[in-house]
Amino acid sequence: MLVSLNWLKQYVNVDKVSPEELAEKVTKSGIEVESIESIADQISNVVVGHVLSCEQHPDADKLNVCQVDVGDEQLQIICGAKNVAAGQKVAVAKPGARLPGGLKIKKAKLRGEVSNGMICSLEELGIDPKFVPKEFEDGIYVFQEDVEIGANAIELLNLDDAILEFELTPNRSDCLSMLGVAYEVAAILGEDIRLPEVTVDGTDQQVEDYIKVKVEDATLNPYYGAFLIKNVKVGPSPLWIRNRLIAGGIRPINNVVDITNYVLLEYGQPLHAFDYDLFGSKEVVVRTANEGETIKTLDDEVRTLEPDHLVITNGKEAVAIAGVMGGADSEVHDGTTTVLLEAAYFHPQSVRKASKDHGLRSEASTRFEKGVDPKRVKEAGLRACQLLEQYANGEVLEGVAEFNDLDVQEHVISFDTDKINNVLGTSISTPEIATILEKLRFPYKQNDHSFEVTAPTRRGDITIVEDMVEEVARIYGYDNLPFTLPAGSSSAGGLTVKQKLKRKIHNYLQGAGLNEAITYSLTTEEYASLLVDPSIQERNPVPVKLAMPMSEAHSHLRLSLLPEMLSSIQYNVARRQENVALYELGSIYINENEVVTKQPEEKLRLSGAVTGLWVNNQWQKEVKAVDFYVVKGLVEGLFQVLRINNVSYEPAQIKDMHPGRTAIITVGNQKVGFTGQIHPSLQGQHDVTDTYVFDLDLDAIVSLANLEESYELIPRYPSVTQDLAFVVDESIASQHMMNAIKKAGQPFLKDVQVFDIYQGEHMEPGKKSIAFTLRFQDPEGTLKDKQIEEAREKIVTAVKETFRAELRG
Amino acid sequence: MKERLEELKQEALNKVTAASDIKELQEVRVSYLGKKGPITEVLRGMGKLSAEERPVVGQLANDVREAIANELNQKQDQLEKVALEKKLSEESIDVTLPGRPIPTGGPHLLTKLIEEIEDLFIGMGFQVAEGPEVEQDYYNFEALNLPKGHPARDMQDSFYITEELLLRTHTSPVQARTMEKHEGRGPVKIICPGKVYRRDTDDATHSHQFTQIEGLYVDKNVRMSDLKGVLNAFAKKMFGQTREIRLRPSFFPFTEPSVEMDISCKMCHGEGCSVCKQTGWIEILGAGMVHPNVLKMAGFDPDQYTGFAFGMGPERIAMLKYGIDDIRHFYTNDVRFLKQFHHA
Ligand SMILES: [Zn+2]
Repeated sequence: MLVSLNWLKQYVNVDKVSPEELAEKVTKSGIEVESIESIADQISNVVVGHVLSCEQHPDADKLNVCQVDVGDEQLQIICGAKNVAAGQKVAVAKPGARLPGGLKIKKAKLRGEVSNGMICSLEELGIDPKFVPKEFEDGIYVFQEDVEIGANAIELLNLDDAILEFELTPNRSDCLSMLGVAYEVAAILGEDIRLPEVTVDGTDQQVEDYIKVKVEDATLNPYYGAFLIKNVKVGPSPLWIRNRLIAGGIRPINNVVDITNYVLLEYGQPLHAFDYDLFGSKEVVVRTANEGETIKTLDDEVRTLEPDHLVITNGKEAVAIAGVMGGADSEVHDGTTTVLLEAAYFHPQSVRKASKDHGLRSEASTRFEKGVDPKRVKEAGLRACQLLEQYANGEVLEGVAEFNDLDVQEHVISFDTDKINNVLGTSISTPEIATILEKLRFPYKQNDHSFEVTAPTRRGDITIVEDMVEEVARIYGYDNLPFTLPAGSSSAGGLTVKQKLKRKIHNYLQGAGLNEAITYSLTTEEYASLLVDPSIQERNPVPVKLAMPMSEAHSHLRLSLLPEMLSSIQYNVARRQENVALYELGSIYINENEVVTKQPEEKLRLSGAVTGLWVNNQWQKEVKAVDFYVVKGLVEGLFQVLRINNVSYEPAQIKDMHPGRTAIITVGNQKVGFTGQIHPSLQGQHDVTDTYVFDLDLDAIVSLANLEESYELIPRYPSVTQDLAFVVDESIASQHMMNAIKKAGQPFLKDVQVFDIYQGEHMEPGKKSIAFTLRFQDPEGTLKDKQIEEAREKIVTAVKETFRAELRG
Repeated sequence: MKERLEELKQEALNKVTAASDIKELQEVRVSYLGKKGPITEVLRGMGKLSAEERPVVGQLANDVREAIANELNQKQDQLEKVALEKKLSEESIDVTLPGRPIPTGGPHLLTKLIEEIEDLFIGMGFQVAEGPEVEQDYYNFEALNLPKGHPARDMQDSFYITEELLLRTHTSPVQARTMEKHEGRGPVKIICPGKVYRRDTDDATHSHQFTQIEGLYVDKNVRMSDLKGVLNAFAKKMFGQTREIRLRPSFFPFTEPSVEMDISCKMCHGEGCSVCKQTGWIEILGAGMVHPNVLKMAGFDPDQYTGFAFGMGPERIAMLKYGIDDIRHFYTNDVRFLKQFHHA
């Protein structure tokens, strides 16, 4: 809402504060003032001049030499405008004048002729071209009315105004009118308010003889009033109306349309003027549109209506879409003499639907959508009649043809002083509350400390006690609220076990050299089901699709974090960041039905991706690209930190993963995720080199984590290590051998590590040598050679039997 | 004989002094103190001496030996030190060469900020609550006093999946769900961080996915001044002790009264500058007293219980705090961006 201060002054005294102070006060009381526009301090010394004569410049075809009376003197001014002529009253910038854009007017000579000033166009005076009337678009402005010669043109053209832009929250549609703004500002400043006096002279003729009103759907249109104004003369509206429309952001058209728009801005009540002679009947019938019905609207578009659109008809055909736009056939034009004026209350949702369907959002529809003040509909109509009488030569017929089924609800709200103070934590006195209610002009009854407020209909947002608490608080001022801390029962804050573990996991991975990433949950249809964990894939999930995606790039919910992470890797590599290590902790969304009927299962995943160099110690010639074992090491470290034992890695074939470098991770019997290399062809598609990933079920890991704080004695007796090397088929997995060794080495075998793998020379093809370091220990005493020898024997036998292995000498 | 011993002593000491390395010194040691050395020889000739002279000469011979040995040891120490210094100086390396790089990682800026905010509120007795991102229309809107057809639903165009399911547009549904679980008994004191989604086209200031962190405190006798006190404590810890806060009335369907909280501009200390659009204040979060309809729908009696709620956007806070120019940076995962905030 654009609020003209000059206009506002008509209702409230705002002279005690500067526009900036007013904006600050309004903002702090609840309506944010987005901007203050004013050119007042950029313009001076522009007056009304009377062009006495206008002759062609002796030395320039396109210039005129004008003698202009500016009241206290006569000036010779050279003017290049085509439309300048003797007899006109024009805006003259006298020598010494300043104009917007920093222009200073000085005495000058143009082609030998003295020029003492400038005759101005509206644009030169700082008026937005979109508000400049057609006839003055390419020339100077000519006053149409009887203005005094020498008068201040800056005031006449409202160039000394300041326009405050009110950013309204949805509940404050009362301030979509100058009167609403006046109430608000009066309350904030504690000033009186002067409302317009609405009186109509009228004629003896009765409206009923000319028009009747019939409404078929009282819910969608509880009130419809039709006024009739005869003998109207259509022409430009007076300067002050045009100025105020321009200040309010509406382009002036002619007096009839301008007056309906003026009342729209003043009362917040949209009105519509029909040409009575073109209306087509003597009855207004309001009904919902018929299937397939069409209407040609003011913008000359033929629009097809829906059955839930409300239309104004002449009994036969639609002449307007209620609250949205009038029809072209009954539009007011230059020759209109009788005006049928509509003042109605249309149901907000019906207008909202129609304006949305037709893509027509206007000053009018916006106000209907928010709900207009039901008590002011008729008064607004009368206000327009009054102005049409005064400024369009109209004769207003007696009465109003109306349909009235309006149930004006006035909310009565009871509360006492304690209620206000208990909610706010203040100690506002009862008289202070009464003063605030006076300022707001809310009618109330007071009994001791109790109040009974009747919320005015202009403030449709006030319905419950809490609304009154807010009204009191904002006028009292939030700055005046004390700072307190909750007095209620104290509670211990903290994180759940899962939340703590998540933080632990973050810390571990960051310490291990990974950067946390956050990718989009919405991805492409293709990505949504790429690189999905096999135990989720088994469930045949269907990626969840948005009903109305904004783009294909973000149309489906992901089933894996890895595809978008791969994109992030690609993004970095393309920017010459070739060594990238990322991880993310985020949700996937599992839906198992063809059609989504319930919330998908949201599972937290912990995924990581590493590409490029892992060890990068250039000058010491230690440069090593990331490989499977780097990423596996990261995962193993994580399990160690969470004290998850019994983890195994089995080779696996997973779609889009390298067939020979991928493992499924199992803890006990539970599959918890996978790790491995992205399939080289998928890598190729993303222009990345070898990229290794891990993808874990975070919920599973969290539930498996061993959080028990326990202490194991530091062994007092020495341990003994022994090395064993076996020759086995190259297909034998080392982990299987280790498992067998661990089992056979009970109870003294404490640890087993692989320390060498060998294949090649001196080795039978298809065979490999694998060497283990075994560590034996007895917590109860020093191990005897015999005990170690026995354990070793058992291990060797077991490995030989299970893997057809040979002990290497 | 005495003269001979004195002579030998002087001769040996001269040679010790002249020795330039340990090997030469060793030769001196062997030649003078060894079994075939001249002093031993002198002592061997002691038999010719008288009984009175014998102990005197013997004593003298020992003194000479000792003097030579002392001198030898001292010289040995000195030469060894020189040799060590020489060896160590040969072992010098270029200490200006770079060290062995250790891979370093770090948190995403948003996670870091969210944890920081979580910890501030945990310190004030809050717990962290989480909830689903795909939400029922009921919890996302209706339970928050936004019935179907409410004009404020326009304010947050949403990603619907079906008529009843959508990607949550704020983390407020977690509040509704948590309250519901409390079955009408307070206190409820939670903060809810998480991802939220809105139907926006991604550009420098809009992102279809972003994060939010909201707080809720419902109990008997919770006052708006408590909200002001808690937010003030938060703002001072988060942005610095010198920052002031102010509350401005605003509108949210789920709170009444509703406010927005501004903090004083760091750049201009309230004087007005381009960062704060000349107002001296920067908008940080929205808040208010929980709307009685919201309490009722979640099973709380609004006559007994009141509460406050607040919500903020970590992206916005990060952008303000670090002057980040484009919200998309948070989601492209450019490592040049990610790594900047590891130590911040
Ligand atoms: Zn500033």
